[in-house]
Amino acid sequence: MNEHNPLTALDRPNSYIGRALPRPNLTRLLQGRGQYVSDMSLPRMAHVAFVRSPYAHARINGIDATEAKAMPGVVAVVTGKELAEVCTPWVGVLSHLKGLKSAPQHAIAVDRACWQGEAVCAVIAETRAAAEDAAERVMVDYEELEPVTDMMTALDSETPLIHPELGDNLAFERNLDVGEVDKAFAEADAVVEAEFVFGRHTGVTLEPRAVIGDWNPGEERLTVYQGTQAPHMMQNIIAKHLGLEEAQVRVVCKDVGGSFGIKVHVYPDEMAVVALSKLLRRPVKYVADRIESFNTDIHARDHRCKAKIAVKADGLITGFAIDDVTGIGPYSMYPRTSAIEANQVVNLVGGQYTNQNYRARTRVVFQNKNVTCQYRAVGHPIACSITEGLVDLAAREIGMDPAAMRRRNLIPDDAYPCAAASGLKFESLSHHASLDKLLSMMDYDGLRAEQAELRKRGIYRGIGLATFIEVTNPSAAFYGVGGARISSQDGVAIRLEATGRIIVQTSITEQGQGSEAITAQVAAHALGVPMERVRVILGDTDNTPYGGGTWASRAAGIGGEAAWQAGKALRTNILAVAASILQADADALDIVDAKVVDKGTDVERMPLEEVARIAYFRPDTLPPGFQPELMAVRHFVPREYPFAFTNGIQASWLEVDPDTGFVTLLKHWCVEDCGTIINPQLVDEQIRGGIVQGIGPALYEHCLYDERGQLTNASMADYLVPMASEMPDIEVGHVVSPTMESELGAKGAGEAGTAGAPAAVVNAVNDALAPFDVRIVEIPMTPEVILRALGKI
Amino acid sequence: MKAAAFDYVRPASVAEALELLRRHGDAAKLISGGQSLVPALNLRLLAPEILIDLGGLDLRSIAMDGGVLRIGALARHVDLLNSALVAEHAPLLALAMPHIAHPAIRNRGTIGGNLAHADPASELPAVMQALDAAIVVEGADGTRRVDARDFFTGIYETVLAADEMIVGVEIPVAEAGRRFFFHEFSRRSGDYAIVGLAAAATVAGGTASDVRLCYFAVGDKATLAEGAGAALSAGPMSVERVAAAQAALAEDLSPQDDQQGSAATRMHLARVVLARATAALFDDPALAGRTAA
Ligand SMILES: Cc1cc2nc3c(=O)[nH]c(=O)nc-3n(C[C@H](O)[C@H](O)[C@H](O)COP(=O)(O)OP(=O)(O)OC[C@H]3O[C@@H](n4cnc5c(N)ncnc54)[C@H](O)[C@@H]3O)c2cc1C
Repeated sequence: MNEHNPLTALDRPNSYIGRALPRPNLTRLLQGRGQYVSDMSLPRMAHVAFVRSPYAHARINGIDATEAKAMPGVVAVVTGKELAEVCTPWVGVLSHLKGLKSAPQHAIAVDRACWQGEAVCAVIAETRAAAEDAAERVMVDYEELEPVTDMMTALDSETPLIHPELGDNLAFERNLDVGEVDKAFAEADAVVEAEFVFGRHTGVTLEPRAVIGDWNPGEERLTVYQGTQAPHMMQNIIAKHLGLEEAQVRVVCKDVGGSFGIKVHVYPDEMAVVALSKLLRRPVKYVADRIESFNTDIHARDHRCKAKIAVKADGLITGFAIDDVTGIGPYSMYPRTSAIEANQVVNLVGGQYTNQNYRARTRVVFQNKNVTCQYRAVGHPIACSITEGLVDLAAREIGMDPAAMRRRNLIPDDAYPCAAASGLKFESLSHHASLDKLLSMMDYDGLRAEQAELRKRGIYRGIGLATFIEVTNPSAAFYGVGGARISSQDGVAIRLEATGRIIVQTSITEQGQGSEAITAQVAAHALGVPMERVRVILGDTDNTPYGGGTWASRAAGIGGEAAWQAGKALRTNILAVAASILQADADALDIVDAKVVDKGTDVERMPLEEVARIAYFRPDTLPPGFQPELMAVRHFVPREYPFAFTNGIQASWLEVDPDTGFVTLLKHWCVEDCGTIINPQLVDEQIRGGIVQGIGPALYEHCLYDERGQLTNASMADYLVPMASEMPDIEVGHVVSPTMESELGAKGAGEAGTAGAPAAVVNAVNDALAPFDVRIVEIPMTPEVILRALGKI
Repeated sequence: MKAAAFDYVRPASVAEALELLRRHGDAAKLISGGQSLVPALNLRLLAPEILIDLGGLDLRSIAMDGGVLRIGALARHVDLLNSALVAEHAPLLALAMPHIAHPAIRNRGTIGGNLAHADPASELPAVMQALDAAIVVEGADGTRRVDARDFFTGIYETVLAADEMIVGVEIPVAEAGRRFFFHEFSRRSGDYAIVGLAAAATVAGGTASDVRLCYFAVGDKATLAEGAGAALSAGPMSVERVAAAQAALAEDLSPQDDQQGSAATRMHLARVVLARATAALFDDPALAGRTAA
C-alpha cells in the first residue's frame, strides 16, 4: 500500500490488500453452480431464433411468414417493421466526438439489411429448436445491393453510399497537428515509413451473448437477465427505447462467461428480445450461437495506418506522423460509438516518449460488414504496434540497440506530472524502472548473445520489445461528457448484519476477472473482518448502488476505492456504536478480526455480533438521541485526471522457421505498473490472459471477409483463437506507482497485456528475420505472410 | 445451432445395419463417433431423417492376423493411439495419431467414420495409402476389400455405395528395414493441417526404394506423390535428387487455395516437408536443405 494511507499495515490480521487470495466465488463456479443467463429457465419462457441476412447489403422487399407461423410450437413471427412499433431506433453518436455521424439503427432491420448476419425477422417458439425449424420456413424476398467492403475505397466517389442521407461513407475524421512536424522530418537524420495493417478480429467469449426479457404486465415491469458489463447503462437504454420509465426496468446480471468488452454494447438482437417480451407478455430468451456470435458480436481493429518516425543519429525521436483508416461496419455502435478506437489511436501513438512533434489523421468509414466497437484494450494494440514498430525500424536504420533506443526516448520517471504530444495527462509513470526491471528479468544481454550464437547454426530467434501506456479508471471524459448516460462513478453500500456478517453491494460487475474478490478483500480490510464474513452482491439494478460496471480497466480502481471508503465509513459507524455501549472514546477503539478492541493493545472489548445485537434488538439500552447507522454508502470517481494512465513494457522471445514461416513462441515477459496491487494473483492472470488475447490477433485471429462482404470463417474450426499449447510461459513483474487520486492507489490492469503483446511479437519476428532484411508490419502474421515477406512464395 | 429432428435406431449387427441402410436409402446416415457428423447436423448442413448408430456393433478390435493388422471400423482414435500392436506393426499410424484433433475428440472419433468422412485434410486416408492398407467394406452383396489408393475420390467422397459401410481396415505389417516419416504443418496443435505428409520407404546403401509419399490437405483428397517417389528412388540419395523430387511435386499435386493458405504456400510447404522427410529417412540433416542467411 502507498504511504499516504495511514490505515494500512500488511502485518495485521484482515490485511487483504496486496495478498494473492483465491476468489470467493470459485467454489460455486467450479461446482457448476454459477448463475449464467444461458442456463436460466423461467416459467412460460419462449425462445427466439433470428432469420439473418445472407447478404452483406440487400433490400427487403417482403417477408412471408405464413408457413413459419403454422409450424409446431411457434408462438409468433415478428418482422422489423412490426417490432419498430415497440422499440424505437437509435443513433450511435457522442457529442464530444465532433462530426461523428451514423444512421438510425433498428432492433431488427426494417427495409434494408446492411451486413451479412443482421437480423431481419424473429421467430419465437416453445424451444430454440422449434424456432430454428420455423426460421428455415420464413421466406424473405431480398434484392441484393452492391456492398461496400474495402475500407480503402469506401470514400471514393464511385463507391455507393451505405446511407445516402449521410452524404458520404465517412463516419468520423480527426486531425491533430502538434509541434513542428514538418521541420522535425526535414531535419531528421533518418525517417522510416511503413504501412501497418491490422486485421479485423473479435472477442471470443466462452459463454455467448445471452439475454432473457421478462415483461410482467401485472406490475408493468420488465426484468432483464443479461450477460452485460454495464447493467445501469442497459437499464437506461432499454427503458428509453421501449418507452418505459427507468424504474420499470430491472437488469440482473449474475455470472457472465467472459466479456472482454464484447458485452458492454447495445446489440440490436438483444433489444429485440426484450421488446418481444413486452410484445408477447411472457419471458423470451435468446442465446447467440457460435455462428451468430461471429457474425454479430462486435469486431475490432481493422485498421490500415501509414506512419512515419523522424529520428536523430543519436537515437532521439523528433517526430511521429500517422494517417489511419478504419472500417467500422454500417453503423456506429450504440451507445459508445465505433469512433473511440480510432480516436484512441490518435491519442496514444508516441505517448510513452518525450517527443512533442506529432501529426495524426484518422478516418472512420462505413462498410457492409459486421460492426466494430470497443474490445479489450481499445486502440492500444494499434497505437502500440505503430509506435513500437516504428521505433524498432528506426533503431535498425540507425544501428542502435532497441532497448537503448527506448531508454533514450522514454519520458523520465521524475518528469511527472506531464503530458503527451496529443495532450494526454500523465500523473505518474515508471517507464524507466519498468524497462530496467524487464531487461534484468529476461537477461537481455544474455539473450542477445544466445541469439547471435544460434544464428550461426541457422536458428533464427528474435527479441521484441514493446513499451506501452494504458488508459484506466476513466472519468466522465470517456462517455459522460459526450452526452451518454454511462456512469463513470461507482457506488458501494456496506452493512453490518445482525449476525455480525457483512453485506457489500457494489455497482461494478463480474465477468470472471475477480471483481467480487477484490471488493471483498478491500471491504474486509477496511473494516477489519475476516473475508469469509463478507458477502458481495453485484449485477442487479434493483439491489446495488448506481454505477458504471466493469469495463475500461475501471472496476478495481474506481469500484475498489468506493468499497474502501464505504468500509472505512462503516468502521467509524460501528466504533461509534461500540463506544456508546462501552462508554469509551471511539478513537481509542479499533476493529480487528471482527472484534472491537482497544486500539494499540488489541484487547478484545466486544465482537461485532454483539454490537449488532444491541443496535438492532436492544437499541433501548443506548443513550437517548444516539442512532446507530450500520450501513454506509460511498461513491467514487476520479476528477483530477481524465484517466489514470498505467504503463509497462513487454518482451517476446520466439523462433521463426524461415523455410515454413511458422513462428514458435518461446517466452514472454511483462513488467507493468497498475499502482497498488489489490490481489497479485488476479493482476498477474489478467496480464497473462491479456497477453494471450494480444498474441491471438498477432498470429492467428482474423475475421476473413470476401469481396461480397461474406464472413468466410465464422466457426471455431476456421477462426483460430490462441490455444494453450502454442502459448509461451509468461513472466510478470511489477513496478508500483499508486495514483494519488484515491486512497487505495489502484489503477487498472485488465487491458495492459493486450495493449503491448502484438507489438512485442511483431518486433520479435522482425528481429528474428533481420538477417534476411525482412520487414513485416501486417497482422496476423500467418505463415503465408512471413513466407511472402521472405520471398519464398 | 440445433439439429433438425431425426429418428434414431441402434442396430445390433452389421446385417441389421445394412438392412436399415437399404431400407432408408438417402434418408439415413450412419453415425459412429459423431465427431464429424454431429457438427454437420447442428449446422444443418445435413438433415437426415434417421440416424443409424453403429455404436452397438462389435467392431472395435485391433488384432494381428498373419501378416495383417486388422482394425475394426469402430476402433477409436484413442484406441489406436494407445495400442501396442499399432505401435509395433504400423508405426506410421502411431506417429500420425497424436496429430488428430484433441483428446476429447479422439475419445469418440473412429477410424471407420474418419475414412468414410474422407476429409482431404485428415491424416488417416494418407496413412492408409502410405501403408498399402485395404479398406474392408460390407454391403448387400457381401464383403469387398478396396485398396486405400482407390478408396478416396474427392472432397468428402469415396467409392462407398449408399448401402455399404466400412467394417474395418487391413494393414500389412511393417517389414524390417522399412522407415517412416510423418509431419504436418498446422497452425495450432490439433488443427487440420495446411500441408501434411505420411511417408514410408526402404532405405539401404544410401538408396531409397519402394517410396510412398502420401500428402494430405493438398488438393481434394490425400494424394500419393508418385513422380516424387520415383525421383527419390532413382538412384543414390543426394541433395540434387531431393531437388528433382521436389520439382516432380508440381506434377503430382494440385493444391487448392483456401483460407488456411494459398496454393503457392501449400506447394512450397510440400517441397519443404519432402526435403525434411528425406533427411529424416536417411538420417542426414544436410538433405533437409534448410535456409541460412
Ligand atoms: C474440433 C475437431 C478437430 C478435428 N481434427 C481432426 C484432425 O486433425 N484430423 C482428423 O483426421 N480428423 C479430425 N477431426 C475429425 C475426427 O477425426 C472424426 O472423428 C472423424 O473424422 C469422423 O469419425 P467419427 O467416428 O466421429 O464419424 P462420424 O462423425 O460418426 O461420421 C462421419 C461420416 O462417416 C459416416 N460413417 C461413420 N461410420 C461409418 C462407417 N463405419 N461406414 C461408412 N460410413 C460411416 C457417417 O455417416 C458420416 O457421414 C476433428 C473433429 C473435430 C470436431
